[in-house]
Amino acid sequence: MTTFPDRAQVVVIGAGIVGNAVVHHLARLGWREILLVDKGPLPDPGGSTGHASNFIFPVDHSREITLLTGDSARQYAELGTLTTCGGIEVARTPERVQELDRRMSSATAWGIDAELISPAEVADKVPFLDPSPLLGAFWTPSVAVVDPLRAGELMRERATAAGALTVSALTEVLAVDTEDGRVRRVRTDRGDVETEYVVVACGVWSPRIAALAGATIPLTPAVHQMIDVGPIAELAETGREIAFPIIRDMDPFMYERQSGADLEIGSYAHRPILCDPDDIPSNAAAALSPTQLPFTADDFDPQMEAALELFAGILDRPDAGIRHAINGLLSLTPDGHPLLGETPEVAGLWSAAAVWIKEGPGVGRLIAEWMTAGVPEIDPHAADVARFAPHERTRRHVRARAAEGYNKTYGIIHPREQWSSDRGARRSPFSPREEALGAEFFEVAGWERPQWYRANEPLVAELGVEDRPHEWDARWWSPIINAEHLAMRRGVAMIDLSAFAQFDVSGPGALAYLQHLTVAQMDRPVGRVIYTPVLGPDGGFRSDLTVVRLGQSHFRVVTGGSDGARDLHWFTRHLPADGSVALADLTSAVCTLGVWGPRARDVLAAVTDDDVSDAAFRFGTARTVMVGSIPVLALRLSYVGELGWELHAPTECGLRLWDEIAAAGQEHGIVPAGIGVYGTTARIEKGYRLMGHELDGEHGPVEAGLALPGLKAADFVGKAAYTKAREGEPEATLCTLTLDASAHRRYPQGGEPVLTVDGARITDRRGRPSYVTSAGAAPSLGTHLLMAYLPPWHAVEGTGLLVEYLGERYPVTVARVGRMPLFDPDDARMR
Amino acid sequence: MDVLVCIKRVPAVGASIQLSADATAVDTRHLGFTIGPHEECAVEEAVRIADRTGGSAGVLTVGPPEADEQLRYAMSMGADHAVRVEAPVADPDPEVTAAAVVGALPDLRPYDLVLFGEASADAGHAQVGFRVAAALGRPVVGGVKGIEVDEGRVRLERHVPDGVEVHEAPLPAVAAVLEGLNLPRYPTIKGRLRAKKAPVRVLDGPAVTGGLRTLRLRHRPEARAETVVLGRGAAAAPAVADVLAELGMVR
Amino acid sequence: MVLAMIERDGEGVLTAASAEVLAAARDLADSLGGSVGAVAVGDPGDLPDDLVKRGVSTLHLLRHELLADSEAATVGEALAQLVAAERPVAVLAAAGDASTEAMAGAAARLGVPLATACTAIRPGIRPGQPWEVTRERAGGILLEDAELDAPIRFCTLGTGTRTPTETAAAADVTVRAFVPELDATVPRARLIERRARASGMTLATAPVVVSGGRGVGSAEGYAVLEELAGLVGGAVGCSRVATNNGWRPHADQVGLTGTRVSPDLYIACGISGATQHWVGCMNARSILAVNTDPEAPMVSRATWAVIGDVHEVLPAVVEELRRRSGG
Repeated sequence: MTTFPDRAQVVVIGAGIVGNAVVHHLARLGWREILLVDKGPLPDPGGSTGHASNFIFPVDHSREITLLTGDSARQYAELGTLTTCGGIEVARTPERVQELDRRMSSATAWGIDAELISPAEVADKVPFLDPSPLLGAFWTPSVAVVDPLRAGELMRERATAAGALTVSALTEVLAVDTEDGRVRRVRTDRGDVETEYVVVACGVWSPRIAALAGATIPLTPAVHQMIDVGPIAELAETGREIAFPIIRDMDPFMYERQSGADLEIGSYAHRPILCDPDDIPSNAAAALSPTQLPFTADDFDPQMEAALELFAGILDRPDAGIRHAINGLLSLTPDGHPLLGETPEVAGLWSAAAVWIKEGPGVGRLIAEWMTAGVPEIDPHAADVARFAPHERTRRHVRARAAEGYNKTYGIIHPREQWSSDRGARRSPFSPREEALGAEFFEVAGWERPQWYRANEPLVAELGVEDRPHEWDARWWSPIINAEHLAMRRGVAMIDLSAFAQFDVSGPGALAYLQHLTVAQMDRPVGRVIYTPVLGPDGGFRSDLTVVRLGQSHFRVVTGGSDGARDLHWFTRHLPADGSVALADLTSAVCTLGVWGPRARDVLAAVTDDDVSDAAFRFGTARTVMVGSIPVLALRLSYVGELGWELHAPTECGLRLWDEIAAAGQEHGIVPAGIGVYGTTARIEKGYRLMGHELDGEHGPVEAGLALPGLKAADFVGKAAYTKAREGEPEATLCTLTLDASAHRRYPQGGEPVLTVDGARITDRRGRPSYVTSAGAAPSLGTHLLMAYLPPWHAVEGTGLLVEYLGERYPVTVARVGRMPLFDPDDARMR
Repeated sequence: MDVLVCIKRVPAVGASIQLSADATAVDTRHLGFTIGPHEECAVEEAVRIADRTGGSAGVLTVGPPEADEQLRYAMSMGADHAVRVEAPVADPDPEVTAAAVVGALPDLRPYDLVLFGEASADAGHAQVGFRVAAALGRPVVGGVKGIEVDEGRVRLERHVPDGVEVHEAPLPAVAAVLEGLNLPRYPTIKGRLRAKKAPVRVLDGPAVTGGLRTLRLRHRPEARAETVVLGRGAAAAPAVADVLAELGMVR
Repeated sequence: MVLAMIERDGEGVLTAASAEVLAAARDLADSLGGSVGAVAVGDPGDLPDDLVKRGVSTLHLLRHELLADSEAATVGEALAQLVAAERPVAVLAAAGDASTEAMAGAAARLGVPLATACTAIRPGIRPGQPWEVTRERAGGILLEDAELDAPIRFCTLGTGTRTPTETAAAADVTVRAFVPELDATVPRARLIERRARASGMTLATAPVVVSGGRGVGSAEGYAVLEELAGLVGGAVGCSRVATNNGWRPHADQVGLTGTRVSPDLYIACGISGATQHWVGCMNARSILAVNTDPEAPMVSRATWAVIGDVHEVLPAVVEELRRRSGG
């Protein structure tokens, strides 16, 4: 047994597939003195890796997850621990048939070989399956089964052979010491080890370990039931662990796979069964393993009936017994995505949690790259552990969303689908008025934001807005959005933007600090509003936001609600150590009301004595005005392409502000408008880019059409890559496409593959696919717009292409290459 | 032939057993429940006898409503009816359990054979079957590893330290069986679905108390000496041979 | 009086377990200030001479033609009648199939509790107070302290509870025949055949047990265990995994629901050491574990361990033993 070290460059806690992959990749990237500890024995310490079903379905609607899964499959294969068996998702309902069409589109978008097949073809591939309940199926030949325990052993061996790794099993972490918000030391029952970095890869135990350092990893252990039925002669005869394709019986939320002589049946259908990390038994006290809890048979009975419908021929035999049945534990998060990256609470404490077997090795690589280079190759935007608002990290919220999300594992999730549990955590001061107006609230970061107002229903007929004939297109949508849009362009609208995250940056080092984090020149006169990209070290988008210079050494940063937590983490981590910059999160202190439209100035002028004429209050500037008795920081800018202001007021004055504007606006025909207008229709008409959609780590400002005319002298994060990109030709350019009228009133929603007129996939020279990053109605243009990155040979205005949506291909035309908007291209209306 | 098997809900424990805070019971928070291996064999045997003779195989337990889970498990193995006698106290002592079984039998069909496991997997009192037989005035054989039924008689193979005894008894009779009697089957999916829908007949338990009362449980003190690792793989052979020689087991 | 139910082996010699019971009965009688009576079935044989050294004052011999080939329950019926007549304060017997069955039957007939597998008996301080016993549960991995509240205390004792001693208090043993009233018309099980186990080493008595579990991997894999057992004069055992997989007959199974063994050396090959198995071998004097997993419970509980695969380690050991014996 090796001696336990007293120093390590990094301590990785948890020797499941994720921890093993992290140490392997850290060693590969040059880290040394890596210590891997686990409370349990090796090679199976008792976590979820030891009992997982171990199959990989490569197609996911999320590009991030698809990339992680694909990378993982390559790594498992390279380690000789992957067996390709193929997999079939089957549909029993028309709605699922449509979902499989959507799956097929995702497969096309991400470039994964797949095919829609008939029930008879399913029976050809799996002869003991009765296809009569089936309507259709989705066949993915590259579906595989992996051996994560063996893969983990091999990864440890490699890191050990490189002289980089010490492994200490049966070592319990007792404490993680921090100093000045940084990791300093890990205390274990085998000794203490000094370290600057800790990676928590403890699966269902991760919240417990993070809490030792004072951080949160918001996941909950939850049960996923599995049984093994056998022996079954047809399966035993193959002499192999798996010789038949895996069946995902999507409608009853379950799967069946061969496991040697047995058929393994797993379920995501049963009631959510959550447990607490503190309640997981020890290795010794558990009957099987800590993460294999006693089977609760009643919960599984409906799955047995469903399994019998497809597999009566082999399951309905007296000698085919239920040989193994467990309530296996897995990790659920509030939004279903992994929890990756440095925790916002403690510097140097990294989370690699809530990861499925299919993503494990890819996550190991991602974390190692991120820790080494400051940015991983695959954009971890949706998986960033820093993405949560404080209330989203609480036990109550995690459990509520996990319980709601569990049955979505195999569910059909609409891209705009809203959560229903634990809503209403954050409300703007305007909410009493909004509720009275019949707001349909959508959630972002816990904020309840009106998406549209039922009070505006009469506008639909008045403005002649058409409904969407197909239910899927119209789900989580209303024609009222388009009506509010037209009403704004006609007169004026007021929009609740209180979900904005706002940070105050001040102190002698404030300017230099912001210069370092942003692309745009920050050293502008006081009162200027500056839009800027924020880049990662590789020149890809980290964020985009607005900075207001309030004083020589005083700035306000305004960023989107959904990315506020990630941005706060980024800004906090980059604060200089010398205390010359103070960063304050003002999100809760400030409410924001947007007032835009041709009549916006009339409305504002009616409520303030300050001069708001164009001469006195220029576009791109900010100043404090008095609205009645309320001091309001007014920013003259627009994300909707109209004249107007963002009005920022103290939260407690918000309701008064709303009432003042509403009253003054009455004679100008003011309407409340929802985020449906702000975030989609008005934005897309103006070609504005949205973080997480058009803007991601894979693309930089040049490709996004957001490169600034000049290059500032000050150094900033990502400058080298940005400078290089400016000098060359972009590999892809963000374009706006119009859906041709022949689309017969179908409305793609985003995520769809963009194809050539011959139906071929489009990728750029870096292999990045062209897919729809955003889609939305353009009521003022009378069309439906799509945005997509296209390589230069397709990024030509007037080019005809296709978009595949729910099994059909619709013609589209490249209408704009680059930033210039289709609506009001000269921005005359805003100025 | 109609056979009844008496079973007990017991925790399925891991490598170490945790006790409740007051140490009067096993801490079952993290544990599933099962029936002991002896009882699984008894259920298997009853199902086989019922199949062979065109009779029925019933299961009975004395316990709380949660014990229905074990009755259904037995039914998913092929038992065709189930009876639960309400236990007057949690984990009743053997006198009470026997009284509950004896009290229930007149309400049930006349069984030809009543089977028990030799001892429960948790308390291990090893006596309920004999108490029931004494109360009924029927023959009983324990330690049974073979059952042959015949017109009105049963032959029971009983394993004793120096061999095998074959006993013959007129029916109805009682037997306490050991694991090894047969290789019990796993429950089937059809069996499970049938068992889920099958009714469990619930009878009142007796209002009696026994004379044996658990005060506390504790772990058996284990003299733990450090393990001497003789080596790894084949290279350890000489060290093993030395140990065997030291113990006088080889020259 | 403390009554001890005793058994004799095939040669008519008092069994070791019964000797322990007599010692415990003597202790109990001493602490209570009473005498020890013994009860056995059949002829006196050499018993009185033996019992006199063990502090027994009376030997009750149960005599009835039905006792010759009836099941243990009939012995229990006879015992109940004797106890009713003699009114001992306690009745002790060895924990084991036949004794437990007879004791259970007698206790049932008398309407009193029976504490089985006791390791200690503590009478109440005053007469009439409940006694306290310590008994084994879950195969002995747990101990239970229990209150035994009865006018006559029936207890069976686990083996190894008390080292048998001979006492100096030598007086005559009074031998009394007790003829129970047994109804010949009552249905009883009768012994109709007795087959002796093939002579040779039994698992329960072997000085060395070579036992295999999951790590052996197959039925054929036991050949090397058989070979080693032959070389060291031992028997082969197995874990429940092996029986369930059909690799070994159930008679070879060591554990809670198989055989409890107490050899001088238990060689556990590829056995992780789950509770179910551990209680079957925990009374071994020493344990040698052969396992690939250095953290397996069996390894941490063993006296000696070899970390490695059964099929690498055992053939090497066999070869080494052959080399040393010059064969």
